[in-house]
Amino acid sequence: MSTRSPQNGLTPAVRTWRLTRKFGELVAVDNLDLTIEAGLIFGLLGSNGAGKSTTIRMLITLLPPTSGSAEVSGFDIRREPREVRRHIGYVPQMLSADAALTGRENLRLSAKLYGIARSQRAARIEQALTFMGLVDVADAVVREYSGGMIRRLEIAQSMLHRPAVLFLDEPTVGLDPVARHAVWDHLRELTGEFHTTVLLTTHDMEEADALCATVAIMHEGLVVASGAPSQLKAKLGPDAKLDDVFVHWTGRALEHGGAYRDVARARRTAHRLG
Amino acid sequence: MTSLARGGRRIASASAASTGWFISDVAAIAEVEVLKLRRDWTELLTRAVQPTLWLLVFGQVFGRIRAIPTGSVSYLEFLAPGILAQSVLFTAIFYGIAIIWERDLGILQKLLVSPASRGALVLGKAASASVRGFSQTIIIYVLAAVLGVRLRFDVGALLGVSFAVFLGSAVFSTLSLIVACLVKTRERFMGIGQVLTMPLFFASNAIYPLDLMPSWLQAVSRANPLSYLVDALRGLMIAGSHATFGLPLDFAVEISALVLLVTLAAKLYPTVAR
Repeated sequence: MSTRSPQNGLTPAVRTWRLTRKFGELVAVDNLDLTIEAGLIFGLLGSNGAGKSTTIRMLITLLPPTSGSAEVSGFDIRREPREVRRHIGYVPQMLSADAALTGRENLRLSAKLYGIARSQRAARIEQALTFMGLVDVADAVVREYSGGMIRRLEIAQSMLHRPAVLFLDEPTVGLDPVARHAVWDHLRELTGEFHTTVLLTTHDMEEADALCATVAIMHEGLVVASGAPSQLKAKLGPDAKLDDVFVHWTGRALEHGGAYRDVARARRTAHRLG
Repeated sequence: MTSLARGGRRIASASAASTGWFISDVAAIAEVEVLKLRRDWTELLTRAVQPTLWLLVFGQVFGRIRAIPTGSVSYLEFLAPGILAQSVLFTAIFYGIAIIWERDLGILQKLLVSPASRGALVLGKAASASVRGFSQTIIIYVLAAVLGVRLRFDVGALLGVSFAVFLGSAVFSTLSLIVACLVKTRERFMGIGQVLTMPLFFASNAIYPLDLMPSWLQAVSRANPLSYLVDALRGLMIAGSHATFGLPLDFAVEISALVLLVTLAAKLYPTVAR
């Protein structure tokens, strides 16, 4: 058993052993062995239905694995789910901030649910608002925010309790290029300032290339390739792009696949972003 | 002995802290509902229409024809607590649909990934429904007073009514949440909600006394938590009235039903997000 302190540099942020999830006959995640070092931005790449969101849902304790095991920040997802939840932050693909509340009220709810002491709440919320550039709109209701502002608010919510690992499920889907780059900048700052490990899923190869220190490509529930984007590209040739790497390993372009539910969710998010 | 005593004190202190966080989480979820209602009163006004019609039209017409024996109180006085219970039921029984909305928006997943216990999240939702139940109580008290119903305004009675409304709202909203967890879609939920509401209402003592019912319906009514809510309200709201079953039994049934339903809902709640 590995040591429990997430900050000592010995414990990987995430580690899985033959992690598997089946839905009836469908094997969504197949014997996944994954180790994610602490303090990095890690990208889980794949087309819709590749198994990346299912992997995240198991790691954040929303979905029990069918077999295998995993540790997040040194805590077992089956035996210690509440400890796992104490040490992680999560930003779902959907725009999950409550649109009827203000940004500050959304943050206050998160602060309370994550057990941040009353004496520290206001300061922590102000700090998060400043860090994410949302001070001016803190008291406006979220339905008046732009898509990029909502995403920044959600990241602020997920970071209030200083989690060791932050999970983001397609964080920039539906955002315009300016908002997308702003989110990237904030994620880089987070890892720099708080040494947070970021695990994000994406099927945007440009995003993965720009943001991630390490990536794993998933295809039909399996990790088919992993490593630094530069290494994966170099193996394919001097002019190879991450898109080429993806096609090489999965044998198909990104538009293939995706269950109705995944596509509907992505469209709903894009619709909410206007 | 000393170390045992210290150990015991530590356990007691941990248990007290855990209870404190549980209550804090419940309050945080309920507070969201208060914030939303403070910002938008229209729902309260539209929800006031139905009880107004029942009291003004049904109550006054049936009061005049004197078809229903109600002992020492007028029919309108007999009916007013029944209509408050009905409002509580109708408001709470469709509460589960909010869970399905929250799942589709990603809010539910975010709550489930927080370290708050499932029981606290469920009871928080139940307390949120009570916030709406309290607003209905105020509307029906005002209306009943205008119509000449002899209401009790002593502190004990008002506290008792508040507690009964809290319990009733919590019981029926948790039942609704369980239905939402089982059916998982809005369309199916609406159908089942309609099917549940009318039998619960008509198989209760809300608009006629138990004595008038055939024996089979009396048996059903005695197994219906709405009957105990009506009975408690009748004993506490109306001057000169009393609780047929007795207030201790009324509250014992409501509390037992709530504990049972919250326990079941806490098990089912995470399955909505899978």
